[in-house]
Amino acid sequence: MAKKTLLNSKDIHIILHRLACQLIENHNDFNNTVLIGLQPRGIFLAQRLQDVLQKDYNITDIKLGQLDITFYRDDFRRREAPLAASNTTIDFIVEGKKVVIIDDVLFSGRSIRSALTAIQSFGRPESIELLVLIDRRFSRHLPIQPDYKGRQVDVINSEKVKVSWQEQDKKDAVYILSDY
Amino acid sequence: MKQLSTAHLLGIKHLKKEDIDLIFETADHFKEVINRPIKKVPSLRDITIANLFFENSTRTKLSFELAEKRLSADIINFSASQSSVKKGETLIDTVNNILSMKVDIVVMRHPNVGASVFLSKHVDAKIINAGDGAHEHPTQALLDSYSIREKLGIVKGKKIVIIGDILHSRVALSNIFALQLQGAKVKVCGPTTLIPKYISSLGVEVETNLKKALAWCDVANVLRVQHERMDINYFPSIREYTQLFGINKKILDGLGKEIVIMHPGPINRGVEITSDVADSNQSIILNQVENGVAIRMAVIYLLAQQIKK
Repeated sequence: MAKKTLLNSKDIHIILHRLACQLIENHNDFNNTVLIGLQPRGIFLAQRLQDVLQKDYNITDIKLGQLDITFYRDDFRRREAPLAASNTTIDFIVEGKKVVIIDDVLFSGRSIRSALTAIQSFGRPESIELLVLIDRRFSRHLPIQPDYKGRQVDVINSEKVKVSWQEQDKKDAVYILSDY
Repeated sequence: MKQLSTAHLLGIKHLKKEDIDLIFETADHFKEVINRPIKKVPSLRDITIANLFFENSTRTKLSFELAEKRLSADIINFSASQSSVKKGETLIDTVNNILSMKVDIVVMRHPNVGASVFLSKHVDAKIINAGDGAHEHPTQALLDSYSIREKLGIVKGKKIVIIGDILHSRVALSNIFALQLQGAKVKVCGPTTLIPKYISSLGVEVETNLKKALAWCDVANVLRVQHERMDINYFPSIREYTQLFGINKKILDGLGKEIVIMHPGPINRGVEITSDVADSNQSIILNQVENGVAIRMAVIYLLAQQIKK
């Protein structure tokens, strides 16, 4: 299997800061905004962004939640392997809040569709935006586009985009994996 | 990701330790779901479930129904008292008629032992046993163990005594299987007439002295005396039963330690347990009811995952 590095840790560092600045542009001091990381892999990006906003931009009071969308998926029972749920931790009400949904890779858009349904169980948000590290263009099954994106890539369907995080995989990097 | 090793939930006897762990992990997630402002997930939108109750039930039926609704399944309910069973229809005919309306899962309570096993061999649907005679009541045992795990952190190594009418109790048998599978120690306590002769073959000790049993245990699971299943007198009077096997505050205070009190309901207050004990901080009776919904959601969800459409 061929493995090509798309982003190294320095690239990711720069992108995180850019995304943080773009969020500040739209959300000021975040007093009416909440960040929601999607389980299982969007939570690392969400946590990193919160860290950057706190340490480098001095925005201390940012609400951060983790949302699991397993029970909301539309491919339940259509997959070979059964789905495992992860924890949902949202200890605030999203009613009237501006929600930023955060995930690592945007591919078909089905996870985001599930997340849009799932988040309504916690109230009616004022608005919902989408932030992703990697936007795989031309692969969408649904009319869903990101409001903030780290890097846009064009890869064919058989290739896989893998985001690796220091916290889980000991290294920050984004790879493109292919069979040839 | 793991899957249940069985295609139906017929009894705890058919489960492995890993199945119980998987059900508990899944129930943890559903417990979080049922404490949200909107307590519903759309996972089972395309699943239809039939609740067949050939015997009376309030709590179990409501709990299953709520669990199914929280998962967005479509439900049909059926009680034997209002059905063609009274007109002489057989069990398989009744169920096949219901299944031809495209039902995926059948939840059944039946007065005859083995009814759900029988059904699982003859109809094409997932079967969940909601109690078959005095045999098994698997979801009750699962929610009991889950409640112990929630209260004490772990089930393994804990000492649990089941008190009361063991002979007529499906809750007792399923609990014994479930607790032993998880490495707990189990004793039973009650009048010798209400303890089945074979019980020692399950590796369960019998204690006829209530105070000794309570002094030994970490958890006391108190059962109701099932008068409706008794065709002869098993003890002289209810008053005598209460004097020998009824749990009151005075006995608990005299133990010198705090034990957990459980009861699967319905409670006969003042018979097997007094009100001040049932409503005390030591009692987790209402937690059991709440956990019942989460456990049943987990069981239904995990079985539905095996249905390919």
